[in-house]
Amino acid sequence: MAEHLDSRVLATLQEVMDAEYPVLLDTFLVDSEERLRLLQAACQGGEAESLRQAAHSFKGSCSNMGASLLAELCREMEETARREQLDEAPALIERIEREFAIVRILYRAERQRWHSAG
Amino acid sequence: MPRRLSILIAEDGAADRMLLAAIVGRQGHHVVTAANGAEAVALFERERPQLVLMDALMPVMDGFEAARQIKQLAGNELVPIIFLTSLTENEALVRCLEAGGDDFIAKPYNPIILEAKIQAMHRLRRLQATVLEQRDLIGRRNQQLLDEQRAAKAIFDKVAHAGCLNAPNIRYRQSPRALFNGDLLLAAQAPAGRMFVLLGDFTGHGLPAAIGAMPLAETFYGMTAKGYSSNQILREINAKLKLILPVEMFCCATLLDINLGQGILRVWNGGLPDGYLLQAGGERLPLRSGHLPLGVREATVFDDTFETLPLAVGDRLLLLSDGLLESCNADDELFGEQRLLSVIDANSDRTTLFDDIQEALHAFHGQILDDLSLVEVNMIAEDRPVADLSPPSYPLGSKELHPRDWSNRFELRPSSLRMADPLPITMQLLLQISPLRCRIGTIYTVLTELYANAVEHGVLLLDSTIKCGADGFATYYRERQQRLDELVEGFVSIELTVKSEGPSGYLRIGVRDSGPGFDVQQALNQQYCSGRLGGRGLRMIRQLSERFYWEPDGKVLYVEFHWSGHA
Repeated sequence: MAEHLDSRVLATLQEVMDAEYPVLLDTFLVDSEERLRLLQAACQGGEAESLRQAAHSFKGSCSNMGASLLAELCREMEETARREQLDEAPALIERIEREFAIVRILYRAERQRWHSAG
Repeated sequence: MPRRLSILIAEDGAADRMLLAAIVGRQGHHVVTAANGAEAVALFERERPQLVLMDALMPVMDGFEAARQIKQLAGNELVPIIFLTSLTENEALVRCLEAGGDDFIAKPYNPIILEAKIQAMHRLRRLQATVLEQRDLIGRRNQQLLDEQRAAKAIFDKVAHAGCLNAPNIRYRQSPRALFNGDLLLAAQAPAGRMFVLLGDFTGHGLPAAIGAMPLAETFYGMTAKGYSSNQILREINAKLKLILPVEMFCCATLLDINLGQGILRVWNGGLPDGYLLQAGGERLPLRSGHLPLGVREATVFDDTFETLPLAVGDRLLLLSDGLLESCNADDELFGEQRLLSVIDANSDRTTLFDDIQEALHAFHGQILDDLSLVEVNMIAEDRPVADLSPPSYPLGSKELHPRDWSNRFELRPSSLRMADPLPITMQLLLQISPLRCRIGTIYTVLTELYANAVEHGVLLLDSTIKCGADGFATYYRERQQRLDELVEGFVSIELTVKSEGPSGYLRIGVRDSGPGFDVQQALNQQYCSGRLGGRGLRMIRQLSERFYWEPDGKVLYVEFHWSGHA
């Protein structure tokens, strides 16, 4: 789990958010699905700048939430889009989707753990 | 101690927004949130938050544009904007700053750093608010100061313009703010057709410089109107300034005692740059400073020695403050005495000299300067008869008294002839006679002539033909001083008699001296008289008074002034 989620960040989030912690996790997951759709749309449309901005925003969000690996993949995506190497984009998006699927499971588990602990 | 602020968060990511609002809210701040730039601007207008946390990349309106609009709405108030970004590219950071961003914070958010930055920005806010407050305060104080100076100047002008600065033969240039630059220009008609002109330059600026001007002007005009001599006026001013001014303050000044009727200019210059006597013939004589400024020396060691120079119709007198010589142009060059002298020497038509100097100053500086004073007094022939000389315009405060029946006689012997001037005290007596007030100038003229004649020709036996030589004036007055210093016997006595019956009455002045006497009738008939009171002077006395007669031996001269009805 350590390479997917940063446990120190999660601990901080839990402290800051207190009772709102599970809501934050849910919000992030909903938000991220929307961001993934934006990535895919930009990629299919061949819009390098839109792709870069979407990746940039997603990266920031992931880093806030402690999703380290996902943030790193978004950073690569942002870099690729900046260099306008759109041919590499679909493969990278696939990796982002796979990582997000893992992260989603881990966050849901985290939410369960919080509920049972609370 | 950390202050609680109202903070606007503009962030499109719902999770980021929620997290940030939680962090900032837990730190005690009041939070409002927006999901894009347009919402942020609208919220800012409505809620007027004190600080903005702004995401750069947002839909609808991005953070850059929102920041620009918020800064514009904030106006003078500092509303710090902290950009929320992990921007690593320089170009994007530059865009944040250009849009008005004050700081950045990178994701992931660190609550401790975030709070530190918020507090730092808050200190900046307070600093800005203090600066604005103080700017406004300074603005108000400055306005108040200007108002006060205007009021002070209005009062001062009433005092300063009691004199004859507006006489047709005086031209001067002084800025309206000259008073607060320490410059002071006074001119007054003195009795006996004389004119006193004083140009003063107080050290320092502003109100302190102006305050000293008030007693100076009062003394100058008051004493001139009462018939005091220029020496006495100067002594009094010096003593007064010495008393009231702090040590580091004094007044450089030139006093001109202009007696065109007798063709004498007396000058006292303490610390001002050279003035000039520009003679009709083209000669330029400097009026040099030979004394310390006014307000420096104790009365006991004050030197009131005037320089005496001949003066004739067509001569011009020029006085200036050091602001004129020491003014710099854009290249930091001084205008300097040499430039002034070359303007004076290049001038061929004296009537344009004043304008020539002004033009030269303007050409040198490329602008009108307001911290210098320049005055020119033109010696024009008095076309009015002397008898029409207006009485002193200075309002005299003594209450009117009814004429009486009295006489008073006093005699001045050598030590008093050396030291005392009987005229002011005599004038004080005569000013009590209200029907004569309107003629006091005339009476002074006559009395001055009689007294000078008695002292110089009766007691000192001076020959006025000495005056005719090339250095005549200097020689004559040196001789006069020397004989006066050495005088061991002799006297001048002045007897005043006042009688009134009903509304009519007269004043008789009798002046006697210890000299051998002279043939008054013969002198009256002569065009010029070598050894005695000139025929011109005697005829003037006869013309100005109701009666003029004398003892057969010519040792006592009598003059009568009459009045009838309500003068």
